[in-house]
Amino acid sequence: MTDHPTKLSAHSVNLWFGNKHVLKDVSVTFPRNQITALIGPSGCGKSTLLRCFNRMHDLSPDARITGEFLLDNQNLYDHGISVTQVRRRVGMVFQRANPFPKSIYENINYGLKINHIPKTERQGIIENALKESYIWDEVKDELQKPATRLSGGQQQRLCIARTVALRPEVILMDEPCSALDPLSTLKIEELIVKLKKDYTIVIVTHNMQQAQRIADKTIFMYLGEVVEAGDTKALFEHPQQEMTANYVRGRFG
Amino acid sequence: MIKKLTPVIEWGTLLLTTGTVCFFLVAILWDLVSKGAPSLSWEFVSSIPREGMTKGGILPAITGTILLTLITAAAAVPFGVSCAVYLNEYATDSALNRLIRASIRNLAGVPSIIYGLFGLALFVQALQMGTSLLAAGLTLGLLSLPYIITTTEEALRRIPASTREGALAIGATQFESIRDVVMPSALPGILTGVVLSLSRAAGETAPILFTGVAFYINSPTGSLNQEFMALPYHLYMLSTQHHAIEEVRPLAYSTALVLIIVVFLLNLTAFYIRYKHSKK
Ligand SMILES: Nc1ncnc2c1ncn2[C@@H]1O[C@H](COP(=O)(O)OP(=O)(O)OP(=O)(O)O)[C@@H](O)[C@H]1O
Ligand SMILES: [Mg+2]
Repeated sequence: MTDHPTKLSAHSVNLWFGNKHVLKDVSVTFPRNQITALIGPSGCGKSTLLRCFNRMHDLSPDARITGEFLLDNQNLYDHGISVTQVRRRVGMVFQRANPFPKSIYENINYGLKINHIPKTERQGIIENALKESYIWDEVKDELQKPATRLSGGQQQRLCIARTVALRPEVILMDEPCSALDPLSTLKIEELIVKLKKDYTIVIVTHNMQQAQRIADKTIFMYLGEVVEAGDTKALFEHPQQEMTANYVRGRFG
Repeated sequence: MIKKLTPVIEWGTLLLTTGTVCFFLVAILWDLVSKGAPSLSWEFVSSIPREGMTKGGILPAITGTILLTLITAAAAVPFGVSCAVYLNEYATDSALNRLIRASIRNLAGVPSIIYGLFGLALFVQALQMGTSLLAAGLTLGLLSLPYIITTTEEALRRIPASTREGALAIGATQFESIRDVVMPSALPGILTGVVLSLSRAAGETAPILFTGVAFYINSPTGSLNQEFMALPYHLYMLSTQHHAIEEVRPLAYSTALVLIIVVFLLNLTAFYIRYKHSKK
């Protein structure tokens, strides 16, 4: 992995929700143009960690975070950096597709609008984003249709299109396929693999096969701590920790 | 045996209660329509009352109620919706905010005559608006506020966090996410609450009694600083205070029918907006 420098990282991160210590001294690195999978049992803090990187916890008053988050050596929680700027550079795709209550076209156009991208460029960007997300052929004739009428898998690809349209540097994905059928899942996996040449991708997944299919690097978390991190193949075939071995072989708890 | 009977009993109970409610609803409507329809005519809704209300129509009362409701809406909707947005989207769970919320809930339970007295003291006297359309509209606005705030808050609460986060994640500010994503999603719910509150306000008598309603006005055009006629009050006068109650009874029924129709049209408008919205 030496040819892939670190794009995004967290150092000695602790996070509390009220009194609940959810992330315990977590340090992780995500290599540039690689897919990193975050795995671990339910409630171990994967989503919580992921949401730190685009500052989604900013609006929850009971979340307290210490530690450092770096994007290209820039601290994401610096006073000088605006939260909207962080979110534009670090995009996010959610577990449940959450298109806006607008047309397919507007779903992507909206992000361009609020990020002040000139009107003349938008049309091209939208078309491109839809093509890049492999949904163009399915929707090109009905761009004015409400996005909520699309199937779940199409909605999720639209949400990915909405994210890539803004040309983020990193895309965070929180179980993007968990609500989808196997065919849509395969389509999205294919898409994710193609996206990695332009983006750094972090994906949370409960699906061990999925992690092995698409991830270059895998991080295993347990009860708010990072247990093991490394090359996906190595981590699944020769786990260093017993806990990791039990988890990836489905002998857990 | 008991096992077999249980569903029958459950169904029976549900059917009976639903039936009872529907029965009274239909009975009221039937009573109104059968007694009010005969004297309902174009002349009745388009001319002013004559000969001590025994002849002529109720045009001033119709325009009065419509204008009154518009003023109520103009006063209560912007404040009510903004307040609900603040409470649900921005306010933290502090003691002060909990107190504010509880107060608003309690305000919804205050009898409407109290609002009338308050409107008299504040708008009519302190602010020197006199007994007028404006004073009465603002009083009804106050009455509607707690309902509008509560129902709007409910509508906003039903929008899942992931909807807000979707907008935030592409770099929208909190304000942009509320304006462009949360509000459009919550619009049908908000609208339902607003229309219900306004329908209720349109049918109120007590709050306008001291603040501007009049028994008889001979012109249909209301101006903000004048007294006005209103359907519920007209109905009340015709059915209890008139010198020839028996003679004007049919007119009272027709007035009631018109009031129901006005409220129904209000609901229909909301229904139409919701329908248009769901097609988008
Ligand atoms: N807003 C919140 N307030 C309080 N506690 C929270 C909040 N969000 C998450 N938690 C707690 O933090 C812990 C980690 O949650 P998180 O959602 O990160 O788990 P996860 O690893 O993503 O689980 P899953 O695989 O089920 O999605 C859980 O114990 C959860 O109850
Ligand atoms: Mg999660």
